Amino acid sequence: MLLLSIALTSIVGTIIPQNQNPADYFRAYGDFLYRLFNVLDIFDMYHSWWFQFMLVLLTMNILVCSIDRLSATWKIVFAKNPSFNLSRFRNLSQKETFSGNQPPNELKKSYEPFISKRFGYTKVEETEKGLCIFAEKWRWTRLGVYTVHLSVILLLLGGLIGSIFGFKGYVNIPEGEAVNRIRTMPSGKIRPLGFEIKCNSFNVSFYANGAPKEYRSSLTILEKGHPVYKKDIIVNDPLRYKGYSIFQSSYGKMPATATPEKKPAVQKPSGKITLDFVSQQSGKSYRIQTVVGKPVEIPEGLGKFMVVAYKKKAEFVGQNIGEAYEGILTPKGGKPVDVLLPLRFPSFDRMRKGKVVISVVNQTTERSNPGSPAGVRYYTGLQVTKDPGVLVVYTGFIVIIIGCFITFFMSHQRVCVEIIKGKTKSKVIVTGTANKNKMGMQQKVKKLSDKLADLTPGS
Amino acid sequence: MTSSNLLSITTFIYGAAAVFYLAHWIFKKELLGRLGTWTALIGAAGNIGGLIMRWVESYQMGIGHAPLSNMYESLVFFAGTLVIIYLIIERKTRNSIIGAFATPIAFLAMAYASMSPNISDRIEPLIPALKSNWLIAHVITCFLGYSAFAIAFGISIMYLAKQRDVQGTSNLLSRFPKAQVLDELNHQMIMFGFLFLSIGIISGAVWANSAWGSYWSWDPKETWSLITWFIYATVLHARMMRGWYGKRIAYLSIFGFMAVLFTYFGVNLLPGLHSYGSF
Repeated sequence: MLLLSIALTSIVGTIIPQNQNPADYFRAYGDFLYRLFNVLDIFDMYHSWWFQFMLVLLTMNILVCSIDRLSATWKIVFAKNPSFNLSRFRNLSQKETFSGNQPPNELKKSYEPFISKRFGYTKVEETEKGLCIFAEKWRWTRLGVYTVHLSVILLLLGGLIGSIFGFKGYVNIPEGEAVNRIRTMPSGKIRPLGFEIKCNSFNVSFYANGAPKEYRSSLTILEKGHPVYKKDIIVNDPLRYKGYSIFQSSYGKMPATATPEKKPAVQKPSGKITLDFVSQQSGKSYRIQTVVGKPVEIPEGLGKFMVVAYKKKAEFVGQNIGEAYEGILTPKGGKPVDVLLPLRFPSFDRMRKGKVVISVVNQTTERSNPGSPAGVRYYTGLQVTKDPGVLVVYTGFIVIIIGCFITFFMSHQRVCVEIIKGKTKSKVIVTGTANKNKMGMQQKVKKLSDKLADLTPGS
Repeated sequence: MTSSNLLSITTFIYGAAAVFYLAHWIFKKELLGRLGTWTALIGAAGNIGGLIMRWVESYQMGIGHAPLSNMYESLVFFAGTLVIIYLIIERKTRNSIIGAFATPIAFLAMAYASMSPNISDRIEPLIPALKSNWLIAHVITCFLGYSAFAIAFGISIMYLAKQRDVQGTSNLLSRFPKAQVLDELNHQMIMFGFLFLSIGIISGAVWANSAWGSYWSWDPKETWSLITWFIYATVLHARMMRGWYGKRIAYLSIFGFMAVLFTYFGVNLLPGLHSYGSF
């Protein structure tokens, strides 16, 4: 089925990382596979023509099936006078039966208001043996499934609107400066905004363990040079203006030339690097000195480690994490792994969950800067997006939740209370059906029957 | 007593509940079943208490946040919701055999959380990306869904076992609820789980739109949750439109739970935005 084939192909995209550097792909997959994957757009498969085509197929499928069935359901739901088929109720296997002293007409008088309070619509019919009270409720819930399908189409439509009219771009703004254009991704085009974003200041703070606590940019929106709106943005709290959303995305320090004050230039520490190795098995810590390019043996037979490079601005999942060493760890009998050691986050390597955690013992380089001290000037990296499809998608979200609830937990319920005239006593038969959750309906019929029996003298 | 101690004790209480339920099933003593129920109730209380204590402790440490921020906390929460949902089913169906298939899952989740060397039970401060009120809504709804699917998985296994013994010769299987009841329960749990998985994905999407700037970015976790959603959507369609029931639904339900497990654990092996090593 289509749903499953979309699910299956989506898996491919989770295994092969998307939108990476072509050179990395080439190295990982070799010549032939690289060309094959490239032709099939596997490296950006969720935006490839064939994946989009499957989504269109899915939409068509939902539309056609829904419309096909809707006409039949529509007739049932909007029938002026719901009709009841007595023989259908008589044929039901589950019946609740009791008897009472009063004649059918008397019983009808006490039953009808009770039932109509519970069900809304009731109808009384004479039968050859007495009379019959029909009742029903929630007929409209038969439409629930169509609202779910409608919402899926809304989601896909919203996605389409977003991909045609929306865009996503990035801009770096140094503290104290303003920009009026951004670079959109992935096309790389420059796009004017029609207003200016000014970065008043940028601050980054850290927890005691070195993990980042907050990235905060104070921004001002300028229209023709006049400030019109001011807001501090942090991750999870973007600035929204004229349909644009401005997110905190990354940050960094301005190159030394941009700062007029003289300060010790940050340079590659040429000398010794002190590393701490903590064995996860024994919990013991070993301090070893080395230099770039010189492999060291880690105690406890944990393998070899070599620092291969120093980076002034290392990146991790798109975030600038500042100065870091890159190294290669070769465990005994295992494959070499790349290890990143940011100077600012000593516990960073724990994330790798390896047998040994490596950290750099504090160097005499620049310290981390909570609240920029004199001399250091930051820039803030902002992501700017505009997506007019979001409103449609959010509407779809609300409709899908309501629709699922109606479809799963509400049903069109019909009951029939037949009262048969006897010589001295009347016999009451309660039956009911629902278009879903038949077992739950059986319990409801039982309950209704018990309640009616309570209303009946001599039952 | 710290929350960690209380939660470790809870692990053993769940273990005891699982043993009682299994013994109740095998030895047919009503008393054992009732013991199981009470033990599970105490366990659930300890579980909730532990989470609340952990919440309070995080505030005492000055990094206050809801205890739903990493693998350890999510596993503990998962075990709690699973047991609570199970206890509600037990009350409704008046059958405590299902407990022999539900409480061991909770026990395993708790045991894995406290004993696995890869899972730290320390209270860590929240990184900026997780600081949002959506965290609570997203995690709670996702895990309600996951727990419902886990119970559907247990029920499916019971159904398949029951199916094999049509004549009712096996003593052990005769005490299972009727095959029809199991089938219906399986379906109910899948519907419940599907609704909450939907809300979970949606709350995640709304959150992503305010944190990452886009409601959907085909990150592996997102994609896998969508794959899971598709699988259960297929189950629901097969049942409602094609009239599938019984065995085939049970197999699909088991298959769906495998996808849930991969979405939960396996995705951490893949690169992506959700890789805070959390969940």
